[in-house]
Amino acid sequence: MASQPATPSLEVDDLTVTYAGEPVLERLTLQLPEASLCALVGRNGAGKSTLFRAVMGFLTPARGRVRIAGLPVPQAQRRQLVAYVPQSEQVDWQFPLRVRDVVLMGRYGHMNLLRLASAADRRAVEQALERLDLLPLADRQIGALSGGQRKRAFLARALAQGARLLLLDEPFTGVDLASERLIIDTLIDLRGRGASALIATHDLEVIPRFCDRVALLQRQLLACGPTAEVFTRGNLLRTFGLTDQLPA
Amino acid sequence: MPPLSLLPADVLTLLLEPLQQAFIQRALAVGGLVAVVCAVLSCFMTLKGWALMGDAVSHAVLPGVVLAYALGLPFALGAFVFGVGSVALMGWIREHSRIREDTVTGLVFTGFFALGLVLISKLRSGVDLSHVLFGNLLGIADGDIVQTVLIAVLVLLVLLVRGRDLVLFCFDPGHARSIGLRPGLLHYLLLTLLSLAAVAGLQAVGILLVVAMLVTPGATAYLLTDRFGRLVVLAVLSALVATLLGVLCSYWLDASTAGCIVVVQTLQFGLVLLIAPHHGLLARRRANRLALAATTSAGSRPGSAP
Repeated sequence: MASQPATPSLEVDDLTVTYAGEPVLERLTLQLPEASLCALVGRNGAGKSTLFRAVMGFLTPARGRVRIAGLPVPQAQRRQLVAYVPQSEQVDWQFPLRVRDVVLMGRYGHMNLLRLASAADRRAVEQALERLDLLPLADRQIGALSGGQRKRAFLARALAQGARLLLLDEPFTGVDLASERLIIDTLIDLRGRGASALIATHDLEVIPRFCDRVALLQRQLLACGPTAEVFTRGNLLRTFGLTDQLPA
Repeated sequence: MPPLSLLPADVLTLLLEPLQQAFIQRALAVGGLVAVVCAVLSCFMTLKGWALMGDAVSHAVLPGVVLAYALGLPFALGAFVFGVGSVALMGWIREHSRIREDTVTGLVFTGFFALGLVLISKLRSGVDLSHVLFGNLLGIADGDIVQTVLIAVLVLLVLLVRGRDLVLFCFDPGHARSIGLRPGLLHYLLLTLLSLAAVAGLQAVGILLVVAMLVTPGATAYLLTDRFGRLVVLAVLSALVATLLGVLCSYWLDASTAGCIVVVQTLQFGLVLLIAPHHGLLARRRANRLALAATTSAGSRPGSAP
């Protein structure tokens, strides 16, 4: 890792976010190189979702800055460089949309003002659906899917978008094993094509299977680096203050 | 006593006779256009849960209508200013105080509405309160028709161009932002369209009932489909049918036009609620019973069921 690419996928520099005067993220500095899958690990309330919200520009940090592929966030968003896979609770699953419609929304930023899908848009949607094994379900209403299928649909949307940086909030919660494997394989694929992802997860078991980096968060960044160095018993104890549920 | 022996053709002639009247034709044309605009918007209102917001905006425009008439300005202008103004005021109070959203909404729109009542009673505006409150579709003035048509066309054009972004905003504002759209702007665009549609709608059914035009067709259609495109088509169809039947009923019964239109809309909803293929009450009951039968036959002994 001596010769890193010139522009990291994600650069968080001295980021502080406060809610009602209380810091929920404090002086966080983090770099994610190109072609990297980084797990984001921390207790509930450690600031994982806040970090995502700050990176997506949903909230204004008290200090610090975020750059995506070397660009300020709004510019990176307009260039379709970043995709966000939300937690399931944030979505109205009764919404009258088919799986295909949701995935097509990943292409909106590539379309003209009228949002009329071109042949290239449709092709990208079909490919994304196929990659996540959703073609047989493409015409179902989005809420008719299982938990794992829903996560796959949102990952397919990010895929169709062609984003270079993906933020995934708890992609393995309530997900069956087959979906979990598909999601992991897809992320590994994306890394092979130079994209990066930041993955917030409580599922510590899966991390060594595909993440090359781990960031440990507890309001501040406790550690960040290659999985082999950072994902250690001692570090996890420090992050969680617990001894059970940890891999040996 | 001659027996009442009308031929079916005679009945039909009698029923359709009002359609030959010029004022009925005008009422149907204007009412139909308003119904289409409100119905399209009602799909968004239903999905976003903004029924109370529609009610609030439609009430809050009253002082604007009165002032506009008093000053000789187009009524739509006054209504629009107060509609958008009330929305902005509600947003501002919510952000800068600890008062909950529904409280702020209830407080602001009644305040505006009361101001409108005071203005009507004190200003010589020529506004007929009952027409503003209950609509005057059968006696709509030419100038009002022009304004209503302009508003309707404007709203439909904006929805045609930005409709997909608004659907995305309603479904997943986070994704909207992540692809470079601005959810805040889309939020206010939708509220502005709501204000405009409320202004158009109050021509047809008046301030008190316009919220029905902005909610019921979307809710009815939502029970019938899981596709947004079909939702819009079904909402528009149900609103058009309700306008036609409502206007005709009001002619036959010599009853309130606005009342008839909204009663028909509500009956449509009730019927669909009962018989909708998947989301209707009967279909749900049937599905529940089938599921229950499946579990009892597969699992527990027959004696254990109550």
